[in-house]
Amino acid sequence: MMMHNLSVADLIKGLKNKDFSSVELTQHYLNRIDNSELNAFISVTGDLALAQANKADLKIAKGDNTLLTGIPYAHKDIFCTKGVKTSAGSKMLDSFISPYDATLSHKFNSENMVMLGKTNMDEFAMGSSNENSYYGPVKNPWNLKKVPGGSSGGSAAAVASRITPFATGTDTGGSIRQPASLCGITGLKPTYGRISRYGMIAYASSLDQAGPMTRTAEDAAIVLNSMAGFDSKDSTSASKEIPDYTKQLTRSLDGLKIGLPKEFFSSGLDEGVEKVVMQAIKEYESMGAKIQEVSLPNSMHAIPTYYIVAPCECSSNLSRFDGVRYGYRCEDPKDLDDLYLRSRSEGFGKEVKRRIMIGAYALSAGYYDAYYLKAQKVRQLISEDFKKAFQSVDVIMGPVSPTTAFDLGSVKDPVSMYLADIYTLSVNLAGLPGMSIPAGFSKELPVGLQLIGNHWSEELLLNTAHQFQLKTDWHTSSPIEL
Amino acid sequence: MSLNNKQVKEIAYLARLSIEDTELEQSTSELNNILSLMADLSEIDTGDAKPMAHPLHMSQRLREDEVTEENLAEEFQAIAPKVGKSHFLVPTVIE
Repeated sequence: MMMHNLSVADLIKGLKNKDFSSVELTQHYLNRIDNSELNAFISVTGDLALAQANKADLKIAKGDNTLLTGIPYAHKDIFCTKGVKTSAGSKMLDSFISPYDATLSHKFNSENMVMLGKTNMDEFAMGSSNENSYYGPVKNPWNLKKVPGGSSGGSAAAVASRITPFATGTDTGGSIRQPASLCGITGLKPTYGRISRYGMIAYASSLDQAGPMTRTAEDAAIVLNSMAGFDSKDSTSASKEIPDYTKQLTRSLDGLKIGLPKEFFSSGLDEGVEKVVMQAIKEYESMGAKIQEVSLPNSMHAIPTYYIVAPCECSSNLSRFDGVRYGYRCEDPKDLDDLYLRSRSEGFGKEVKRRIMIGAYALSAGYYDAYYLKAQKVRQLISEDFKKAFQSVDVIMGPVSPTTAFDLGSVKDPVSMYLADIYTLSVNLAGLPGMSIPAGFSKELPVGLQLIGNHWSEELLLNTAHQFQLKTDWHTSSPIEL
Repeated sequence: MSLNNKQVKEIAYLARLSIEDTELEQSTSELNNILSLMADLSEIDTGDAKPMAHPLHMSQRLREDEVTEENLAEEFQAIAPKVGKSHFLVPTVIE
């Protein structure tokens, strides 16, 4: 069996049994990246990866290793990596070599994991198709004419096409779950505050959360163990204790109460997607779960709410890109104002500028109450809907995205693109954990099932996903010949 | 309520962005389409709902006021577009 067909769990065993070394494994993946035509990576760090793999092999030989020592991974290019270009998919940071490590990068380094490179993404994580990248769109491995989803599109395409064992992603409004769904992989957005945001380039700080993108739920649990935890450098990091996420993967789902929000199955949902989702729900029923309808009436306001809150936070966060201290600077600025104006106008792409402007407008005197304050109140209502629903159910399920992957270049106006985020946004607004797992296909394209849990219920979500993967084989389907 | 070209230029300037005249029409129409999506918000009865700024309603954690960062001035200057001895250089502000 080829190494790239092994899950992270199996690779750990392989390294332990000396079936292969980390250097062999790393070289194998680097070769696969080299032959890939998906544009999934912005930077491939081959020399660094081989050096890290070498060190990992020495550590393993000495018995001075952790579970993930020597395992290669792909890092979304939004995480700062010391000495390595960190672009966030933007021309603004095309020349930015980070002088420090994100906490997540530091954690992975201290376990002697092997970074293969930095994955492509929508600029500053703003987008649902990966078409907003300065480095060009990523292609969906299931159909090269389709988008991989976004913003973690490079990570999703890389995991699906088996050019990395797993990848990191970030999710502000669906950016892990939607590409995971469109590429047929497993993606987890944990509870807000579970994983440190330090050194993760900020888009919307009250919504951003990192998470693992893997082929299986078991792998997601293994990787989350290494990602999660309190960080004093992130003032929004939660000091809650972290469990061993792999320990609860054996529980029966008999009696599990699953809620289906009726608002998630209304008009706008593609028939083929709905069919796959309902089939998956039936599978859960056959495993002993009890299905009931729930209502999230305010979740239908998630789009206007999110597209006020997130741009407001982004207009503030992205004001740091001024052409003075780092990043892009325009040629020959005639004065300071010209320096700011041209550096930002030339450095940012269209969608980023659009969101900054929406935010600047919504926060401006006279409009603050009508937009930002109002959106924050609706956000409260959206959150309360979930609170109510979780009084009667354990897990909420539904579609991730209203459609399967769409054609590259086919969605031209911003509003239509925003509407595709309808099922994922409310989870971020409420700070809840959510997952996408492969549930089947519609017209030969993967469809994800969304699992939403109460705050800090990652263990339950991971087991609920894992039990499904023990019964079905959608997660083993591959867009490439194995 | 919709924005006109002049207002869009003003908003862009507030955010220190400039819009080419050739792109102004399209930008205005896109922003107005987006804002019409937001119009729904005003219809929602939010009663006495408190504005939600933090998804977990946590308050800002405080720490002891002590130096924890090391001095990385050289590293930070090394990646800056233009620097002087111990400062970042910008076009002259005061003659």
